[in-house]
Amino acid sequence: MIEIIGLTKTYDSVKAVDDVTLTVESGTITVIVGTSGSGKTTLLRMVNRLEEPTSGEVRINGASTQAVAPHILRRRIGYVIQGNGLFPHHTVARNIAAVPNLLNWPRDRIAARVDELLDLFSLDPDQYRDRYPADLSGGQQQRVGVARALASRPDLMLMDEPFGALDPIIRARAQDDLRRIQRKLGSTILLVTHDMEEAIRLADRIAVMDGGRLVQYDAPARIIAHPATGFVADMVGDVERPLRLLSLIPVSEVVTDGSADGAAISAEASLRDALSACLWTGRTAVPVERDGVRIGQVTLDAIRARAEFRA
Amino acid sequence: MRVPWHRAFSAPGVLFAGLGFAALLAPFMTIAANRIVAGDGIRAWDMAPDYATWPGLAAVLVGLLLGLPERLALVRLGGAVQGLCGLVLLLSIGGPALLEGAGTNARVSPALGFWCLLGIFLLLVADALVRMAPGPPARAGLLALAVGALAAVLGSGVLSDLSVLQEYASRREAFLAAAWRHLGLAFGSLALAAVIGFPLGILCHRAANLRAATLPVLSFLQTIPSLAMFGLMIPVLSWVGRTVPGAEAAGIAGIGFAPAFLALVLYALLPIVGNTVAGLAATPPAAREAARGMGMTPGQRLWRVELPLGLPVILTGLRIVLVQNIGLAVIAGLIGGGGFGTFVFQGLNQTATDLILLGALPTVALALTAALFMDILVDLTRPAQEARHD
Repeated sequence: MIEIIGLTKTYDSVKAVDDVTLTVESGTITVIVGTSGSGKTTLLRMVNRLEEPTSGEVRINGASTQAVAPHILRRRIGYVIQGNGLFPHHTVARNIAAVPNLLNWPRDRIAARVDELLDLFSLDPDQYRDRYPADLSGGQQQRVGVARALASRPDLMLMDEPFGALDPIIRARAQDDLRRIQRKLGSTILLVTHDMEEAIRLADRIAVMDGGRLVQYDAPARIIAHPATGFVADMVGDVERPLRLLSLIPVSEVVTDGSADGAAISAEASLRDALSACLWTGRTAVPVERDGVRIGQVTLDAIRARAEFRA
Repeated sequence: MRVPWHRAFSAPGVLFAGLGFAALLAPFMTIAANRIVAGDGIRAWDMAPDYATWPGLAAVLVGLLLGLPERLALVRLGGAVQGLCGLVLLLSIGGPALLEGAGTNARVSPALGFWCLLGIFLLLVADALVRMAPGPPARAGLLALAVGALAAVLGSGVLSDLSVLQEYASRREAFLAAAWRHLGLAFGSLALAAVIGFPLGILCHRAANLRAATLPVLSFLQTIPSLAMFGLMIPVLSWVGRTVPGAEAAGIAGIGFAPAFLALVLYALLPIVGNTVAGLAATPPAAREAARGMGMTPGQRLWRVELPLGLPVILTGLRIVLVQNIGLAVIAGLIGGGGFGTFVFQGLNQTATDLILLGALPTVALALTAALFMDILVDLTRPAQEARHD
């Protein structure tokens, strides 16, 4: 559990972060959303003490971050930044092994961990271990950057706009990968982005920041349905609210008996995808399948019912 | 596929062939009554009977023609090497032929035509090698081969009739001592400047204040004309020699090795400190931020990230210093510092051109070899990922 308590950072009497308090449960993703200058990155960097707080405290699993030297603290916290920050003169394996090396892990344990992580990120170890970052695509570099941050099984992972440099298609895939790996490993992640879409896609809880203050800290569905301020509503976007709500709900929640015609949709897909399929092919219901077997259908009425605002 | 005729020829090859034919019309060697007076120029084919000069002339002409085909870099390289061999052959034939019956004090020297052709063939070699782009190990091999070939030609005695080698023959001991002194000045000052400059560069990288104070001072030192710098060292070091106990016994005096050495160290500091700072600053900001964020200490960031990534730039600084110091060390001869400069300044006093060359030619060869060697070293340290995408 990560507790951020009354955290404040002042630069020349300007409060970049103003008395922020929030708690991140272990094994969840919390996404901090805000415009540039909202203090979201400063807040993140105070957690691993790349910035020292002016006042306030951060506790990781009950222990204050001030109890140890900053570089010791940072070795326990994964850190991923935009543009990945891989070391261009080190191979993929050596990049991933960076923190285990700092922690003096034995050599064979490091090698095994590197291969395990490459497998986890769908990069064949034999093929990628000895390559240099410049030999990889942007998406692969980004995956290696996340693998490096996970290498020493950190208590917490901080990610600062980790997908900012990727093009939209690769970004969507990277987000899905992150979600999958986070569920599998049970990692605790604090992620900063300016993109509400990304926040809704990834977050268990969203923290919206504006002018250094935390204006709302809630589950994505509640951020969409009940924005605390006009700023939050603007971030969500009025027009897109029903669609964003639908994007949070898996098809499996509203599947009913019946056998609609046409191409099927996966039970793991969101209602937004189902709506899109209905509208595009002019159908009022779409068959649903799981692992290639049809398990029922999802109807346009059912989708509409879930998209309506219920106060 | 047929290549259009104008594309089949290498542009530099055409230029050099034209210039080379013109250079053949210029005097190839000179013969003078003694080592002081100016000599008479003789064309290559007038140096000796036809049957003696034609193999060398043919080698030069064919060598120039082989420089023409655009696509055959290996042929161009071979032609240039063959041309160089032709030049050596012509010198070895022309020397004894011209000296025959010319009197005991007569001297023969290479003349304008030879020097132009030498330059042309060396440029052809360079052009062909650029096209072939050999890797660092291959280049190291070629450099060793070239140095070995030069040593073999000089050691074999085929050119010993040339005036500059006669100057050498009459002061073998002094030449050897000067060579060691020259190397000592150039490499010794480089080593001391590196010992001072690397830590200073690292400190400057860390502390912006220090950088702002240091680099302008070093830049100012660099702007002092070299003659003035060596001159300024005389009063400074003679004062040190007189006042500091034991300094005189250690050989520190106004003239000699110490002032020359100190001047070279001062000149070397700017390239070393400047390139160290630039090299360390060249780390991608994201990599530096990631290194900090993952818990590297400042020392670990320096040794594991910043230094390895900056090494090519830092070595480029060393290369600048080495070439610069080999050249500047000539001026040490002026204040009794020894080295090849001794011959240059003796030659200037005696108006003996070949004595000047005895100092100048080894200096040029040394600087060129050092530059090529350092280039190879810089390439070897370039991060692997860059080399692959070159």
